[in-house]
Amino acid sequence: MTDNGKKLIEVVDLHKSFGDNEVLKGIDITINKGDKVVVIGPSGSGKSTFLRCLNCMEDATSGKILYHGVDITDMKVDINVHRQKMGMVFQHFNLFNNKTILENIMLSPVLVAKKENKKLSRAQRKSSKEIKEQKREEAMALLKRIGLEDKADAYPSQLSGGQKQRVAIVRSLAMNPDVILFDEPTSALDPEMVGEVLDVMKELAEAGMTMVVVTHEMGFAREVGSRVLFIDDGKILEEGSPEQIFGNPQNARLRDFLSKVL
Amino acid sequence: MGNFEAKWEAFLRAFVDYGGYRMVLEGLRNTIIIAVLGLIIGIFIGVVIASVEVMPKYKVIPRVLDKICQVYVAFFRGTPLVVQLLVGYYVIRPLLGLHISALGSCIIIYGMNSGAYVSEIMRGGINSVDPGQMEGGRSVGMSYLTTMTKIVIPQAVKNILPTLGNEFIALIKDTSIVSFVGANDLYVAFKYIGTNNYEFMIPYLVMALIYIVIVLIITLCIKLMERRLRRSDR
Repeated sequence: MTDNGKKLIEVVDLHKSFGDNEVLKGIDITINKGDKVVVIGPSGSGKSTFLRCLNCMEDATSGKILYHGVDITDMKVDINVHRQKMGMVFQHFNLFNNKTILENIMLSPVLVAKKENKKLSRAQRKSSKEIKEQKREEAMALLKRIGLEDKADAYPSQLSGGQKQRVAIVRSLAMNPDVILFDEPTSALDPEMVGEVLDVMKELAEAGMTMVVVTHEMGFAREVGSRVLFIDDGKILEEGSPEQIFGNPQNARLRDFLSKVL
Repeated sequence: MGNFEAKWEAFLRAFVDYGGYRMVLEGLRNTIIIAVLGLIIGIFIGVVIASVEVMPKYKVIPRVLDKICQVYVAFFRGTPLVVQLLVGYYVIRPLLGLHISALGSCIIIYGMNSGAYVSEIMRGGINSVDPGQMEGGRSVGMSYLTTMTKIVIPQAVKNILPTLGNEFIALIKDTSIVSFVGANDLYVAFKYIGTNNYEFMIPYLVMALIYIVIVLIITLCIKLMERRLRRSDR
């Protein structure tokens, strides 16, 4: 993470409507490398939609999203290539139910490595067995990092919610992304499992990963966030450091929101 | 019932001594071949149609493909199988100048017919898979097609296996009309046996029993398979 502070994602006048319902009403923000952006706001405010627009899980109605300087809302751009470098962690984990934990992590890295491999000259190419073995080792190392190496051959249905979410995090990590988007990663968890997931996220933050996190965990926002966005009614109403947002909120609605959640 | 024994003996004579059993075995073989290959073709066509139907339709090509599939399904679900068989064998086959045996024609037509029904089953199966599975796949940069084939369809197939078993049973039973285009099946075999002395009571009774036994065996297999799948879920 040498080029910290460099522009990574630039959102320009982002609008999103579902039918007649305008959820995002013009969002402008620049996310730099190394930022830990925490997005807070009442439910229905559009914060999840904002996050899902960042990797085109939802197509923006208008506006631009520049990722590494490329407008990924352009239909001609191969979004899959960009998503490989833009991880996402969901509220409901979305692990592949028909694959083992290890396969969940390996699947996409192996496919990408095979594709890259085809571009090499014949002499430099590796066999698909070698690729698989290499990605398997990387996946095992990631599992070890979250202490779940003994679950490698288990299926998602055999894991607890907290374990699933930790696997989901390393699944996106296995792609070596430049940024990971977290969509309320702890909202579907039993209270006693929230801590283990937040610990993994804190560890990632300390390692310098760029993160955009939609969450209701104000403690996490305060402790880990480098910037906090308050979104309500489809707009960013206030932005600042955690100290500013939590210590000296300016916007009336933000003060109202904080008084309810803190 | 005085002459029941005489009828039974006549049946046995025709079945064993005059080689009727050989025709029955051939008919049985054809029934299984048509049903098994028909289902395989049907699953293949059904998966393709269902995949087209659930595709996002922003672009022109999926929309055109969708229309074609709709016409296909409407035709095969909207006309009787016998009519499809007759049209396929006596109209399409000569028009295209194809040299396919009656059995081969049956396999193809049963497959195409089954495809229309399997597509509906399959679409239900795909829709029953949590949309989060697709999002999970797309979020790690896999294409729509890759996610569909590696993640969504395998889970959909697992969900609909019992229903596919019913489709197989339906196919087995539907094979009893292949004699319309001159293919040999159980009906042809038992008609031949009965024709020996124009006594049809026992032959058709045995024919019915054979169908019931086949269907019962398949039902049992489906139940075993279901139980196995449920175990791997936990």
